[in-house]
Amino acid sequence: MFYREAGDFKTSYTDDNQTFPIKFDRYRYYVVLAIAFGVIPFLINDYWANAFLLPFLIYSIAAIGLNILTGYCGQVSLGTGGFMAVGAYACYKLMTSFPDVNIFFHVIAAGGVTAIVCTAFGLPSLRIKGFYLAVATLAAQFFLVWLFNKVSWFYNYSASGQINAPERFVFGVPVTGANTDAWATYLFCLVFLTISAIIARNLTRGMQGRKWMAIRDMDIAAEIIGVNPMRAKLSAFAVSGFFIGISGALFFAVYLGAVEVGEVFGIQKSFLVLFMIIIGGLGSIFGSFAGAAFLVLLPVVLKLIGVDFLGWPTDIVAHFNLVIVGALIIIFLIAEPHGIAQLWRVAKEKLRLWPFPH
Amino acid sequence: MLEQLYFAMEVFLNGLMAGVLYALVALGFVLIFKASGIFNYAQGVMALFSALTLVGIMDGQVPFSHIINATLGTDIHHFGWHVPALFAIFGTVIVMVLFAWIVQRYIFRHLVGQEPIILFMATIGLAYFLEGVGDLMWGSEIKKLDVGLPQGINDTIDQVTYEMFGYGFFIDNLDIVATVVAVLLVIGLVIFAQYSKEGRAMRAVADDHQAALSVGVSLNFIWIMVWSVAGFVALVAGIMWGTKSGVQFSLSLIALKALPVLMLGGFTSIPGAIVGGLIIGVGEKLFEFFMSSSALAGELFGFTISATENWFAYVLALIFLVFRPQGLFGEKIIERV
Repeated sequence: MFYREAGDFKTSYTDDNQTFPIKFDRYRYYVVLAIAFGVIPFLINDYWANAFLLPFLIYSIAAIGLNILTGYCGQVSLGTGGFMAVGAYACYKLMTSFPDVNIFFHVIAAGGVTAIVCTAFGLPSLRIKGFYLAVATLAAQFFLVWLFNKVSWFYNYSASGQINAPERFVFGVPVTGANTDAWATYLFCLVFLTISAIIARNLTRGMQGRKWMAIRDMDIAAEIIGVNPMRAKLSAFAVSGFFIGISGALFFAVYLGAVEVGEVFGIQKSFLVLFMIIIGGLGSIFGSFAGAAFLVLLPVVLKLIGVDFLGWPTDIVAHFNLVIVGALIIIFLIAEPHGIAQLWRVAKEKLRLWPFPH
Repeated sequence: MLEQLYFAMEVFLNGLMAGVLYALVALGFVLIFKASGIFNYAQGVMALFSALTLVGIMDGQVPFSHIINATLGTDIHHFGWHVPALFAIFGTVIVMVLFAWIVQRYIFRHLVGQEPIILFMATIGLAYFLEGVGDLMWGSEIKKLDVGLPQGINDTIDQVTYEMFGYGFFIDNLDIVATVVAVLLVIGLVIFAQYSKEGRAMRAVADDHQAALSVGVSLNFIWIMVWSVAGFVALVAGIMWGTKSGVQFSLSLIALKALPVLMLGGFTSIPGAIVGGLIIGVGEKLFEFFMSSSALAGELFGFTISATENWFAYVLALIFLVFRPQGLFGEKIIERV
């Protein structure tokens, strides 16, 4: 019924190679974009922006970044929190050092800085792999957080050790600072997410993505057929670092406004983003969105049910959250290692044949 | 300068003691990794959970009392009895064996043959799950654990060193106990692995799952046994750390302390875990001492840094790995296509 390919003729290679080859899929994509850009900004309020939409958009960028590294290139990283901190602090330093430049460029430059740092910490991946590498990336996590805590140059010698985002404007509308509107911050993040997703999708469809996947599936075999493992791995670290840096910058500047590095970018954040891509689906851009949405919504929903409906104290609900997240990780790894994205794919396949499956 | 040397010696000794505690946690990792190829991130949370259970049993807490109170509107907290430490430890061991059975039956049996990194991520999930369950069962406030271990400064060492150097070393009694216990534990484990029937079966499974299966070793039993032993090691580590700094969430972070120890010592070697633990313990204490002292690092570099203990072990292990990826005592990694 849906997803029917009949009558959808491809007359050129470009048609055949487009991102969404099925017409229904393509229209759905345009509709989603239109709603995200054209409808939600008019309906949004502060509660929804802060409780769900902003964290969802920002975590999605981080999840896309980690998914490129872990899902596509197979290098498990537990340093996401540290790299997000690099993005946040780079953005802060740039914002305060060059106040005249538009914040849009600061965020992108912060991504670039993070890409460099991430590549440097990716160097051990040339020698070690698997969970040895996962543990090695923890070094990045702890070292970076310590660095931002201890070296006062990074937080401009402020007495509290915090960094605070100064007020910045895009087209005359404030997007950071105290006087922001929900719709402005939402659109600002959405633009970054859309661009990131398009870039990531096309990178992973192309030659670079195939190299990454070859390295992931078996690095020695990939090397033999002519993939340069050093370049493939380090480029994955760089691209992943770029996206994670952007998300860190947005998380600090737009979402929180003030950051204390140990609290916000601790190891819990690394695990959270890793869980997003496990639950959402390793090696899938859609999975990054799904996982981010799921793990951002879960505490909100649990709080609604537990605190507001059942009347439990908040700490019990927080512990339940841990139990459910842990159990979900295990259940997904056992039952559906490819996550929500795979469930979605199966549903699409079913819809394609529905209502006559045979 | 002589005074600095004494300080350094004291720091060195304390580092050795801390290293023993790290090694104790690392030991649990090595056991499970050797027998089942699972890198068990949940080891630290297992230490926390076992310590929570121990305190809970000793104080006669009602499990899940917070939820029961919240849903039923009752106000129950304690059964009103106190269990002697020895019985409570015994009870906790039973709980940990039960936990091992559940983990094996409901999680890792379904993941046999998966890639190591998938198993690793599953144990991260397990860690979250167990932490949540522990908090729900026993409450998340900081608890005091006292099973009758001696604590405080050791007066004998203080006096002897004072007479020798004119400067008394500060060594905690608890650290000495921990060292003795760790040594006993390692000797016990080695004897168990080398001379008992089950230990031999465990080594056979570690060597080759399928070959062990074909000569009639029950993989299921061995894995449950190994998880139980790891649970027991976690309990010992939990008692030591819990007595030292109270039973609280940060106890589960000792897993993060043990990871660089493993990388340094090799994931598959019990002596490696011990030596790695000692190197890390001494290294990070000496590094911290050196870098934060204005007389040493201040003279040399013109600046001092502090609180390096969080990352020093990792960076050390990282540098080390670049030159020797399998660790000090690890088996050589051979890859075939």
